[in-house]
Amino acid sequence: MAINTGYIGRTFEPSEPYEVSRVKIAEFADAIGEPSALCRDRDAAQAAGYPDVIAPPTFAIVVSAKGSARVTHNPDLGINYAMVVHGEQNFTHHRPLHAGDVVTSQSTIEDIRQIGSMTTMTTVTEIRTVDGERVCTARSTLVERGA
Amino acid sequence: MTNPSYDEAQPGTELPPRQYQVTRRDLVRYAGASGDFNVIHWNERIAKSVGLPDVIAHGMLTMALAGRFLTEWAGDPGAITEYGVRFSAPVVVPDDDKGATVEFAGTVTERLEGNRVAVEVTARSDGTKVLTRARAVVRLK
Repeated sequence: MAINTGYIGRTFEPSEPYEVSRVKIAEFADAIGEPSALCRDRDAAQAAGYPDVIAPPTFAIVVSAKGSARVTHNPDLGINYAMVVHGEQNFTHHRPLHAGDVVTSQSTIEDIRQIGSMTTMTTVTEIRTVDGERVCTARSTLVERGA
Repeated sequence: MTNPSYDEAQPGTELPPRQYQVTRRDLVRYAGASGDFNVIHWNERIAKSVGLPDVIAHGMLTMALAGRFLTEWAGDPGAITEYGVRFSAPVVVPDDDKGATVEFAGTVTERLEGNRVAVEVTARSDGTKVLTRARAVVRLK
């Protein structure tokens, strides 16, 4: 089943606000083995010029997934998830996410492309604070293998 | 590790290579921390039923480890302003105590304004390139 190209350019509803916590940042840093004190110790993070402990760069996927779920949970899109793999991922960090940030993520389908028996879908997700400050732009390409 | 300064990072400067182990326990821990509970990352029966050789690591865990390779070098997890990868092959994680080994290497490719450098990273597991086009922009002191 091909992905419905009528969705190219569609922007979905933003996610509910997500509050970035010190505990979640430390848990994520532990899970990837990131040793930095800046992910765990507020005083160290502030000494380095940050408002609070900062998230490792790929923590943004935890937040962007909330927005991209609005895309992927849409049955009309026609994706067969059993056949999907993650093809590419890119983050542009306007600044690091830090504890205390309250952010939403909002996804737009940038492109859907048929390449032989495969279909690729590229989604751009903007992570913004609830006050509207852009924090991170995440671009993700999923690949649906042909059956 | 001493962290590099912008002045000493030149095109061709190599990052100290690193190896990280990934065990089944690490996959379970990453699943919980990230919220990605896709069964192919913890269930061998289902992984094999969809044509995979065994349980595979989350692509985002491999990307996170390459990110850690960069932020440990830079000395600041907030130093990465741009970071992208293509997932070219999965990291296959056997059910033993050692798990998989992922080897990272990197080279500075360009000096940019604002004390930033462009870095190209390679990631290999079991002799296979698991990331391609792995590039980041890193701010140095």
